[in-house]
Amino acid sequence: MSGIPLDEPAPPRTSGMPGREALLPWLTTPALLFVLVGIWHLYVTETEISAFILPSPASVWTAWLEMLDSPRAWRHTGATIYVTLVGFAWALVVGVGLGVAIGRLRWLEQTLNPFIVATQVIPKVALVPLFVVWFGFGPTSKIIVAAVLAFFPILTNTVLGVKSVDAGHRDVMVSLNATRWQIFRRLELPSSLPYILTGMEVGIVLAIIGAIVGEYLGGNAGLGYMLIARMNAYETDSLFAVIIHMTILGFVFYFGIGALRRFLIPWHASSGR
Amino acid sequence: MPPLAPDLSALAAPGTGAIVLDGVEKWYGTRDRLVHALARTDLSVAEGELVVLLGPSGCGKTTLLRMVGGLIPPTSGTLTVEGTPLWKEGARQDAAVSELGMVFQEANLFPWLTIEDNIALPLELKGVARAERRARAHALMRLVGIAGFETRWPKELSGGMRQRAAIARALSYDPHILLMDEPFGALDAMTRDQMNLELQRIWMETRKTILLVTHSIGEAVFLADRIVLLSPRPGRIDTVVDVPIERPRTLDTQGHPAFQSIAKALRHRLAEIS
Ligand SMILES: Nc1ncnc2c1ncn2[C@@H]1O[C@H](COP(=O)(O)OP(=O)(O)OP(=O)(O)O)[C@@H](O)[C@H]1O
Ligand SMILES: [Mg+2]
Repeated sequence: MSGIPLDEPAPPRTSGMPGREALLPWLTTPALLFVLVGIWHLYVTETEISAFILPSPASVWTAWLEMLDSPRAWRHTGATIYVTLVGFAWALVVGVGLGVAIGRLRWLEQTLNPFIVATQVIPKVALVPLFVVWFGFGPTSKIIVAAVLAFFPILTNTVLGVKSVDAGHRDVMVSLNATRWQIFRRLELPSSLPYILTGMEVGIVLAIIGAIVGEYLGGNAGLGYMLIARMNAYETDSLFAVIIHMTILGFVFYFGIGALRRFLIPWHASSGR
Repeated sequence: MPPLAPDLSALAAPGTGAIVLDGVEKWYGTRDRLVHALARTDLSVAEGELVVLLGPSGCGKTTLLRMVGGLIPPTSGTLTVEGTPLWKEGARQDAAVSELGMVFQEANLFPWLTIEDNIALPLELKGVARAERRARAHALMRLVGIAGFETRWPKELSGGMRQRAAIARALSYDPHILLMDEPFGALDAMTRDQMNLELQRIWMETRKTILLVTHSIGEAVFLADRIVLLSPRPGRIDTVVDVPIERPRTLDTQGHPAFQSIAKALRHRLAEIS
């Protein structure tokens, strides 16, 4: 796949301010955030609500800065990142592999479909205690939870992608005597990639959720464990700090996939510009 | 000009020619019934000849072309490409297919490949080295008149330019035969005239055998050495018309008396069979 950058001519500037829409979020997002935090702050000072119920933004900020300073917090962060990424990687490999097979083979789809639907409707977090029983309190059970959650969006999007391969494109490959492998490598894979990436975007977020929920219930590592520990210690400001930390982690992963998208499929409309 | 009579002499004896159809027939089986898309058909296209398939919608033009291209097997009969049977015991013969280049109504360029990579795709599949692929793609882009767009994405090209790229892709591995299914059907009239001139030039430069499908009488008469008129329900050959107009033909050729009388006769016959 070649991603040769193009020197696009600048679009005609009909409106007075060029690139206005691209700049807008850079102004509105901080402004809105500022307003929300302001309301939070005012509410806390005006109502004199207990810091145990709702700490002030300033104390949450302090708690978060303390967290950033603490090696222990970073160990927990590392544990969650590890569980999320390993779980996600398994989901990706199995989801894409099985998705490609199901998308190509009708009989396989018909055979597996009831099971896929069944596993979709099971509330998967309900399985977490079971995984803990089976695989113990170590990272394995949490990796499995993260993988199971991330697996389905990746699988279903891959199936959709493989099925959406353009019939005309297929004709081209068939008329060129392409082998099955070449059809996969040169047509089905690149053509499904936008779909797979969409599945990955949903999947990575679910993998974090899976990791955290897994950490709630088992063991003594990870941000999920940290959250429960703070709750039990009645340190609500630290609790908020952990939530902020998790949110930032989610953003980093999500935008990581977005960057991957722009790198892998610059030709696709979803890559923006 | 007298009304067109079925000209059976033009159906050369089976066994000769670049493309030979011998009793080729096609039935499509859909969920609840069978469709007789093409009745037993004999046709032979000579080497270097430009034959146009013309006919009303649904008369089996695409079906015939896709069978010749090896995309679908005939229900019965034999298809021979440059002396090699296209199908043997249900298996498609790759040697025969590699002498065929196909151009479809849609350009069918891969959006994730640049124009030059699209054109070089057949060479890549055949394992040709990168430098050679490149050189070949660039030469072809000059031939079809899109030099300078090597590193563009397909979406950045106009419909006519994309179709030129599709022709270049079909020519990349130098097949002896080009099969074209309404290659200019999606283009506006002006671009279409231009593309017809270009195709004639490319054909005269490369001396390929061309089998081209069209809906347009004007396009058929302008391009063809021979026009095969198909009639529907079931699809079959109605008439074969020679077009003895000298080349290169130009836009003025449309005012040529022979052009006009052939076009007129085709128009009348088409009205009768549609
Ligand atoms: N895959 C298919 N399954 C069933 N019937 C088909 C299929 N493809 C074509 N047909 C039928 O076969 C007949 C011939 O179709 P074909 O596409 O070859 O016509 P055509 O001459 O190319 O028409 P057009 O000029 O509209 O492209 C039509 O009646 C059509 O409905
Ligand atoms: Mg057709």
